[in-house]
Amino acid sequence: MLRILATAVVAGAVLVVASLAAAAPAAATGEAAAGQALYLARCGGCHSLDANRIGPAHRGVVGRRVASVPGYAYSPALKRLGGVWTPARLDQWLQGPQAVAPGARMFLTVGDPAVRRDIIAYLAANPATP
Amino acid sequence: MIENTDAKGTSRRSLLQSAGLVSAAVGLVAAVPAGAAPVRRHTGGATASDVAVMQGALALEHEGIAAYKIAGGSGLLSPEVLAVALVFLGHHEGHRDALAKLIARSGGKPVEPKSNDEYIKSLNIAALKNQADVIRFAAGLEQGATNAYVGQVAALQDKATAHLFGQLGADEAVHWALLNNAAGGTVPKAAFLFS
Repeated sequence: MLRILATAVVAGAVLVVASLAAAAPAAATGEAAAGQALYLARCGGCHSLDANRIGPAHRGVVGRRVASVPGYAYSPALKRLGGVWTPARLDQWLQGPQAVAPGARMFLTVGDPAVRRDIIAYLAANPATP
Repeated sequence: MIENTDAKGTSRRSLLQSAGLVSAAVGLVAAVPAGAAPVRRHTGGATASDVAVMQGALALEHEGIAAYKIAGGSGLLSPEVLAVALVFLGHHEGHRDALAKLIARSGGKPVEPKSNDEYIKSLNIAALKNQADVIRFAAGLEQGATNAYVGQVAALQDKATAHLFGQLGADEAVHWALLNNAAGGTVPKAAFLFS
């Protein structure tokens, strides 16, 4: 365990620096800045920008093909959905994922339009890294 | 740090003192399994949709348990903080057991945990350098977990399962409150801290 941790510490430090640098643009706009805290609080139980956890990684989700994050085991419902995640579609999704894709694994909803807007602004401010 | 304990756990007063005074992190020791809380019995009635919601919750509990164990085993925590973390670990193990039991009783196959290596990578646990880092990290997980439970209650069909989610969310909220306080965080002024 300790050996694993020691190795991971070095790699983790690099990742943290890279993540902070990449996240910097997110704080440039008001909505995205508010959205960062909302994202961590409301989505952070299951999601991260850069890792597949309970749900898939979110960096670059705006403009990304649905169900296309490598290494994440999507539900058949998401695989069937098709299309691209636009801000408008993400807004619909956050209002009711089961209405958008019945059988999806996500059930959490975000009822407040302002909260959804800020979260989506934060996601849009964190595009895929080249 | 933890002074008066009864047969079932640590007193609330002790935990508050621990988390507040130490003003540091959270974590756990992998080699020291904490006693899981008694599993609450719930009657059947969970639908397939409820089972799907519970599977996500169980995955979340698996992740939390791993995070506490790995961070606790890192040696970053003082004995006092570690003791509190072990209490929280026991809660999460109790949550896991309750969810797994209800999923199985409802005809589902409880989702299995990932490997520790996967959790270390996905949670970026290696970035934690000291006790304060661990506390902030754990507070974030607990906040997210609380919102995950609160935010999914409305999707549940079975009242007993919804009640269980209320219990789970309340436990996570207590964890968050103590950790947030220990980390020096403030309490939001607006009502409805979780939604």
